Amino acid sequence: MEQDVNITIIDREGVSHTVAAPTDMAMNLMEVVRSYELAPEGTIGVCGGMAMCASCQCYVLSDTELPEMQDDEDAMLAEAFYVKDNSRLGCQIQMTPEMEGLKVELAPES
Amino acid sequence: MIKTDILIIGAGPTGLFAVFEAGLLKMKCHLIDALPQPGGQCSELYPKKPIYDIPGFPEILADDLTKNLMEQCKQFEPGFTLGERADTLEKLEDGTFIVTTNKGTKHHAPIVAIAGGLGSFEPRKPIIHNISHYEDKGVEYMIKDPEVYRDKKVVIAGGGDSALDWSIYLSDIAKEVTLIHRRNEFRGALDSVDKVQELKDRGKINLVTPAEVVGILGPDEVTGVVVKQSEHIEKEFEIECDHFIPLFGLSPKLGPLAKWGLEIEKNAIKVNNALDYQTNIPGVFAIGDINTYPGKLKLILCGFHEATLMCQAAYQIINPGKRYVLKYTTVSGIDGFDGTRKEAPKAVVKKIE
Repeated sequence: MEQDVNITIIDREGVSHTVAAPTDMAMNLMEVVRSYELAPEGTIGVCGGMAMCASCQCYVLSDTELPEMQDDEDAMLAEAFYVKDNSRLGCQIQMTPEMEGLKVELAPES
Repeated sequence: MIKTDILIIGAGPTGLFAVFEAGLLKMKCHLIDALPQPGGQCSELYPKKPIYDIPGFPEILADDLTKNLMEQCKQFEPGFTLGERADTLEKLEDGTFIVTTNKGTKHHAPIVAIAGGLGSFEPRKPIIHNISHYEDKGVEYMIKDPEVYRDKKVVIAGGGDSALDWSIYLSDIAKEVTLIHRRNEFRGALDSVDKVQELKDRGKINLVTPAEVVGILGPDEVTGVVVKQSEHIEKEFEIECDHFIPLFGLSPKLGPLAKWGLEIEKNAIKVNNALDYQTNIPGVFAIGDINTYPGKLKLILCGFHEATLMCQAAYQIINPGKRYVLKYTTVSGIDGFDGTRKEAPKAVVKKIE
C-alpha cells in the first residue's frame, strides 16, 4: 500500500484539522474533506466533483506544487463567489505523494 | 386541487422510477419539481455526462437515463407540476396531506414521497451589498417572461450558457443589452459563443470584460449598476439600466422542506431504512439522495431500490389489509392506466413433423 499524506484543512468555522489522506484510492481534496466530515454533507461536492458548482472552493495556503488548472476549473472559478488569487477547486486536486504538507482553507459556502 | 395517490416531490431519477413501481401496484403519482423539466440533477447539472453505475447500462448519458425513465413510466400517466417549489406540508385530520407550492398550487394525497435530491435548485446570488433591496425591483435571478424586458435597458452578468443564451435572446427584444463577465472567456456551447461575438461586432450586445458588477444604483427601483473593470488599469464606472440579471447558475438548497417538522441530519431527512424509508411523519417517505440512514450511499441505483420498497409500504397505507404478492413484470406484463398492455410474447407451441 502506498503511503498516506498529511494535509491540513481549515474548515469554514476556522478550525484547523491535520488529517491523513490515502494516495492510492483516487481521492481528491473535496472527497478527503467529506470523508472526514469537515464540512456538512450537502454543502460541499454538490456536483459530485465535475468542477461544476464550486462548493469545494478552497484557498491554498502552502506552497505545495499543485496540478495545473484545467479550463473547466478555471471557468468555474470565473463564475464563483469569494474567489481569491489562491483559489482552487478541491475536486480537481488529486491526492498524490506530492501533496504531503498541503494546507488549505475552505472558502465560505455560497 | 390536484389529487393523486402518491405525491412525489422531486422529478429526478428516483422520483420517476417511483412512478413505475407505484403503477405496478395500481397507484397513481403526481410529481412536483422546482425545475422546469424532469430529470433533476441529471438534466440540470450534467445532461451530457455519462453514468457508469446504472445496473445493466455499461454507459448511459444522464439525459438519456431521464428519457428512458420517462418512457418507462409513461403508461402510468404521471402528472407534473414543474417550475414550482413545494413550500408547505399540511396534515389533515384524516391523515392525508396537502402540499402547496410557492405559486399556490395545491396537491392532495394520502402519501407524500420526498425524492428531492439535494433540495430545490435556487439561483446563486452574487455578493453585492445592496442586492437584496432591489430583488423584484429590477434585479431578477432568472428570466420568467422575456417580454418584461421589451424596450428596456438590461445588464446581464455571468459567463455560462444561460448568460450567453439570454443575452442573444434579449438582444432582439430589449433596447440595450450589456453582458458583463469576470473573464474574457465564456464557457458555453460553441454556437452561443460565436453568436454573441457576432452580435457584439454588430453592436447589438455591449460586452464588458473582464469586469464585474459591484454595486446597484437607484432610489427604489434599479436605474443602473456600478461596474469594476480590470483590463490594464482598474476603473469603476456606471452603466444606466432598468434591469440587472445575474445568471451565476443554480445551487440546490433544502429550503422549505427543512421546516416541515421532519427529522433532519446532515442536511438530509432521517428515515427508517430497516423497513420502508418512512420519515418521522407517518405517511411521508424520503427516498434517494435526500434521505439518510446508517450506511446511506447517494447513488441513483440505491434510490431505485428505496423507491420500490416505499411503494410497497404506500400500498399498505392506501389499501389497509388488502392482500398482494410481488409480481414479476415478465410473467404478468404491465397494464398501463392509459389502457395499453405490455407483455412477453407467448411461446409458440407447434408440432415439428
